[in-house]
Amino acid sequence: MGKLVIVGISDQKIAISPDSLITYALGSCVGICIHDTLKQIGGLAHVLLPETFGDNNRNDIYKFADLAVKELVHNMEIQGCARLHLTAKIAGGANMFITTGTSIGERNVAVVKKELKRLNIRLLAEDTGANYGRTVEFNPFDGKMIIKTAGKGNKIF
Amino acid sequence: MESYQNLNELQLSVLSEIGNIGAGNAATSLAHILADKVMMSVPQLQIIDVSSMASILGGPENELAGILVNMTGDVQGLLLFLLDEKFICLLVNVLMEEEIDDFDQISELSMSAIMEIGNILAGSYISAISTMTGLNIGLSTPQIAIDMAGAILSYPAAQFGAMGDDLLFIEEDFLSGQSSIKSHLLIMPEPKSLRLIMESLGVNGWEN
Repeated sequence: MGKLVIVGISDQKIAISPDSLITYALGSCVGICIHDTLKQIGGLAHVLLPETFGDNNRNDIYKFADLAVKELVHNMEIQGCARLHLTAKIAGGANMFITTGTSIGERNVAVVKKELKRLNIRLLAEDTGANYGRTVEFNPFDGKMIIKTAGKGNKIF
Repeated sequence: MESYQNLNELQLSVLSEIGNIGAGNAATSLAHILADKVMMSVPQLQIIDVSSMASILGGPENELAGILVNMTGDVQGLLLFLLDEKFICLLVNVLMEEEIDDFDQISELSMSAIMEIGNILAGSYISAISTMTGLNIGLSTPQIAIDMAGAILSYPAAQFGAMGDDLLFIEEDFLSGQSSIKSHLLIMPEPKSLRLIMESLGVNGWEN
């Protein structure tokens, strides 16, 4: 049994099988799981906000989808992952309270998808939107993403 | 960058006083609702990041009811009450004459009753600010989410995320009969509204 690596809010971590990754209680935040199928390495990022609006020179880059996705891929490449072998699964982006206009959750999901596309990383699965929280567990061995909820059951992607 | 972390002692004591008066009003309202005496502890004002807040609330996955009310008018910002299962069930049992002990048993009708409580509690704190400052503050219709603490907290965290990671909250114990109820209230005026509150009270502007 490997250990369970906890990823906080506005944070990201990389784990190698048999270790696995977990991030708790995503609301409007998005969890991005990136998997290297060949090397069985996984990366998990937990982003709070969609964009920095060009303000890239800050010390909280893991908070923003536009910078965090790029950074996670970069960090995985440093670990020896090849872009070609990377795939992604995402979860979260809920709308916990009704808002007018596009919710932060929806905007988070949109920016994450745009970044993945720009980086040529295939999105294999997503469990996003709706109005409930999700805990995400990600296993770098087989790339499985497990979603746990309060009262809405569990799902495996 | 403006952050709650940059508030000075005097400004923090102003906020504590708002908390005190607000909690006093809230205790009076609760006593009417519960038709019982309600005592309260001295409210504790804290400035804390989201992860630490989630720990205080029993961990990120702990299920809570979050009642959100937006402040409108002269002061913009949000109030978010975080109430545990015990508190919610007590309210429902007294108000609706039910006997529930679990979030899953709450009916739609009880949900509306809880939102109304949120409205009354929010009004308690808002009238404290209004009375002290003379500012005109309105309240939006309350919304409720029953979910994991971390997921509920993502809302204020995201709303104020560009400003920093800090949440401003008041912890308060209410005692009624045999029950001790812990209430957590996030009270987060936007930076320009917080400055206005301070200025209205003759406290130096909120500088960096």
